[in-house]
Amino acid sequence: MIVGKQKPLEEIWDMVKGYRKLLVFGCNTCVAVCHEGGNRESEILGSLLRMKAKQEGVDIVIKDGGIERQCEHEYFEKAAGEIEESDAVLSLACGAGVQFLGEKFPGKTVMPGLNTTFIGVVDAPGEFSERCTMCGDCILHLTGGICPITRCSKSILNGPCGGSNKGCCEISPDTPCGWHLIHERLKAQGRLSLIQAYIPAKNWITSRDGGPRKQVREDMKMERETAAG
Amino acid sequence: MSELKSGSNLEKVLKAGHFAFTGECGPPKGANIEHLREKGSPLVGMVDCVNVTDNQTAVVRMSSWAASLLLIQMGIEPNFQMVCRDRNRLAMQSDILGVYAHGVRNMLCLSGDHQRFGNHPGSKNVFDLDSMQLINMVKTMREEGTFLNGEEIDERPKLFIGAAENPFAEPCEFRVHRLAKKIAAGADFIQTQCIYNMERFREFMKQVVDMGLHEKCYILAGVTPMKSLGMARYMAKSVPGMDVPDSLIKRLEGAGKGKVAEVGIEIALEQIEEFKSLKGVAGVHLMAIEWEHKVPEIAERAKMLPRPKV
Repeated sequence: MIVGKQKPLEEIWDMVKGYRKLLVFGCNTCVAVCHEGGNRESEILGSLLRMKAKQEGVDIVIKDGGIERQCEHEYFEKAAGEIEESDAVLSLACGAGVQFLGEKFPGKTVMPGLNTTFIGVVDAPGEFSERCTMCGDCILHLTGGICPITRCSKSILNGPCGGSNKGCCEISPDTPCGWHLIHERLKAQGRLSLIQAYIPAKNWITSRDGGPRKQVREDMKMERETAAG
Repeated sequence: MSELKSGSNLEKVLKAGHFAFTGECGPPKGANIEHLREKGSPLVGMVDCVNVTDNQTAVVRMSSWAASLLLIQMGIEPNFQMVCRDRNRLAMQSDILGVYAHGVRNMLCLSGDHQRFGNHPGSKNVFDLDSMQLINMVKTMREEGTFLNGEEIDERPKLFIGAAENPFAEPCEFRVHRLAKKIAAGADFIQTQCIYNMERFREFMKQVVDMGLHEKCYILAGVTPMKSLGMARYMAKSVPGMDVPDSLIKRLEGAGKGKVAEVGIEIALEQIEEFKSLKGVAGVHLMAIEWEHKVPEIAERAKMLPRPKV
């Protein structure tokens, strides 16, 4: 899922205080799982901002709401009214959702309430860590199911480097060495030969380095025409 | 290994069967040519070539290629270093052509310290290629005369290709396999991270020799003399992949006031003496960091002088 972190309240307040009618708008899928931007968090943030407005004597009407997902057209239908009514929307969705909202309501000022951080997993309640940087050409089958692009700080494909320190990355004792993990996994499976083989230079064209990406299902042309018409 | 690959002094020394002795010189943290000259001049005639680091520890310094050219002007053969952190494959190939055109003949291919603990931690990193792929690319440029994309090079660069290995970084059992990979990828010579645990290094070299790697590649053992107790303790605790035995620290502690540096040098000299006869070791890489003026004394006492003229 996509993980994000709510911006500090002060930063958010600075962004929104100039508006008359603000809508704090949650997204109840990915960012709700990490308890940062869901509809519940939207309610809480709405309250905090109202208190702040009262404290500072700022005349602003703050409503809160949210939808299931801000990255798909259909979920916006029932919220269109409240979005139209507002001057500005503080979206708590990930960066994709914030932008999508802006595209659908181009006349509205749209602001991000979250910093979108990474694609990751829930290691434990309240603990999330990064797993995939979307290179577009997955090689997990070559590295025992552990991604060296993401989990090695240097995205080394023929690791580990000389800085691997007792199973940790040189950048921090809190960051496991991705290659140490790969080695341990493959050793346990008796498949170390995979990483004794040379992995050649990566073609980054399928990653963000190749430009903004788009993907189209040709076999869904009819659905697109129906939705448009 | 019949014809010379690059014609570099280091290559010729090793090929002739001499025990090689290489040094290191970090470029200045500015455009201060005088400072580089002061650091480099003690090394003239003392070593077969001098490593020129590339934004080491991710701290911005004069580029390795620029400092390498200045060393050539001083009569020193550089071992030009390139890390994978700061350059993509375009810039890498471009710089390789450039340094070769200016007379550089040795190149050390490294991953590079992560910029997180450097002095510009907010920078974007590159890591388009890793060190293994860089080694292979330089080899292909030299042997096939083609760029990474297969296009022909208008006069191929012929560099003597080096790489690093750290025998004590975990997972330790994999290090000899990674060394084998680097050699297969094209490494002509290897410089190890500085060694303090001789027992473990002997075991490592035994594995290297068992795999026949010493016959395919020249292996130079890294030596860094301990200047002070503080340095020894720091290396033991804070440098990734460094193995400093307690016995070494105790020996330095027992040195007596003002004598620690001398004991540090004695230890280094003992190591160098052992490396001369350790099977599979083709030379020593002396990293007397910010202690370059001690190199002539160490070279003399290690009986490394005069350096062979090949």
